[in-house]
Amino acid sequence: MEFSLFLQNMVNGFSLGSMYALIAIGYTMVYGVLRLINFAHGDIMMVGAYVCFFGMVSLNLPFIAAVVFAVTICAALGIITDTIAYKPLRKAPRISLLITAIGISFLLENLFNVIFGSEPKAFIVPEYLQTVLTFGDVTVAISAVLVPIITLILLAITLFILYRTKYGMAIRALAFDIHTVNLMGIDANLIIAIVFALGSMLAAIGGVFWSLNYPSIEPMMGVLIGLKAFAAAVLGGIGSVGGAVLGGFIIGFTEVVVVSLSPEFSGFKDAFAFIFLILILIFKPTGILGYNFEKSRF
Amino acid sequence: MRVPKITHIIFFALAVGFLVASHYIFDDYSLRVLNNIAIFIILAVSYNLINGVTGQFSLEPNGFVAVGAYVAALILLDADAKNYQFDLESPSAFILWLHSSNFLLALLAAGVCATILALVLSFPVFRVRGDYLAIVTLGFGFIIKILAINYPSITNGSLGLSSIPQHATLYYTGGIAIISVIMVLNIVYSKFGRAMKAVRDDEDAALAMGVNTFAVKTTAFSTSAFLEGVGGGLWACSFASIVPNEFDFYLTFQLLIIIVLGGLGSMTGAILGTILVIGGGEWLRFLDEPISLFGHTFDAMPGLRMIVFSVILILVMLFAREGIFGKRELTDTFRWFGKRLKR
Repeated sequence: MEFSLFLQNMVNGFSLGSMYALIAIGYTMVYGVLRLINFAHGDIMMVGAYVCFFGMVSLNLPFIAAVVFAVTICAALGIITDTIAYKPLRKAPRISLLITAIGISFLLENLFNVIFGSEPKAFIVPEYLQTVLTFGDVTVAISAVLVPIITLILLAITLFILYRTKYGMAIRALAFDIHTVNLMGIDANLIIAIVFALGSMLAAIGGVFWSLNYPSIEPMMGVLIGLKAFAAAVLGGIGSVGGAVLGGFIIGFTEVVVVSLSPEFSGFKDAFAFIFLILILIFKPTGILGYNFEKSRF
Repeated sequence: MRVPKITHIIFFALAVGFLVASHYIFDDYSLRVLNNIAIFIILAVSYNLINGVTGQFSLEPNGFVAVGAYVAALILLDADAKNYQFDLESPSAFILWLHSSNFLLALLAAGVCATILALVLSFPVFRVRGDYLAIVTLGFGFIIKILAINYPSITNGSLGLSSIPQHATLYYTGGIAIISVIMVLNIVYSKFGRAMKAVRDDEDAALAMGVNTFAVKTTAFSTSAFLEGVGGGLWACSFASIVPNEFDFYLTFQLLIIIVLGGLGSMTGAILGTILVIGGGEWLRFLDEPISLFGHTFDAMPGLRMIVFSVILILVMLFAREGIFGKRELTDTFRWFGKRLKR
């Protein structure tokens, strides 16, 4: 591989990987506290992209304001889904939770399908993000550079919240033992709501980033991306935020590199995440950075 | 083999009688709906065996249905039809050689192929439990669809197959539905069935009591795969054309609603759920068309039906977690009423 092609792949892989990482963090945190695969998480990402789009088109908001708007709406949506669909089932078998999660996921998809139509919409990328930077032979859109940087900043903030604040301590305690946490006078439901809000905010930003790089949004976009991000979370070790980021980067890089090296495999691009997922679950179910199943997470 | 009770014989006679009579009562459209219902009864009852009775949250029936549908379609289409249809790449020699006009043979092959696949997959799948099993099976189902799209010399890629001979009349679909319900019920009430329920209720306890849980789960998985393969074959021969996108997660979701609504683990529930969801889906078709309400006409909103279904699924899970029948069967319910009356 030529050096310039290598660099180009590195940039693309980093960009794709950080989007997976942003979404995977939400999966991993919700799994940590509730032991629930939140199937609706990918669709919250889709909602984020749509709200940002309509914020710019219908409300004439500037891009940054539209992103903030999308993040707020998604945080609210995360808390609402938790209150409606997951909270009443705290003591139910986990399978019931999984089924309501699938139900919420289909509800969001079809709601957006009915309201906005199933045809893809062209996302409006602000001009200052379309600037193309050229380094020798390597050409990258400025957004492809900004996405990983902002991801790393957000990751730092998330880790700070988790490890340096009282709420973060409560979240980690909840992941460790939900019953004891209640005895310690911590409102478990409040903490779970915070986890959903935090995860949904990151998913919304991930959705906006996704639409910047692939400027076409449709109601079903969240399904595949969400499942791949979940695969990334499992690959890194579900429950571990660092692991989710690592897994996201691994899957992003694999997709970019394999397609670039052997284009005949590009049809199988979407299957890699699942093959990774299956292999990891079979040979090392705890993932790369994960701990033992029933011990502490985060 | 249990001695059939009088109630079972009555149910059997009623089902067969309804099957024959429906040809004289209903119009063509209703017969098509009944045909769909019969196919989905096969799928739902077999999905219930692994998901409801054995408690393994598999999300893979779409994969097995796809395998069954493709195998049956490729066997029934002759070489000329294949050469004519395969636009993306010319069909491989094996695919051209593969032909038989025997419908039942094709169905059997569909079932057997799905079973073999299930047996192979059970080794990786049953290394994990619970949520992880759900996501692994979901992954395999997805991979099967990707394979179907990416090997155009075997499956004609995303274009799918068409003009498949429409052998699957209501006599076939209904008959096979009745046979599979009897077969599954016999499994559920056998020694294997008790082992399956033991695995569902507490896998570790079952293991401690000497149940070979892996064998039990594999049996349930492959039996359900066999019936799903047969159902897939019937599907192909009933709709006459198949494309890979029909067999994505949406199909699994529909089956999941059916068995959850009817009550996970109850075969009567699965049958009733099928009638409600497929028949009700037909009835709710007006939701996808322009609606006029109080003299005001709303535009057609395709997808409204799915919103209704997802809301139903969530509500059932929140307020009636056991579904309509819970884990009981219709005969159990009769017995329960009988006890009430005696008091």
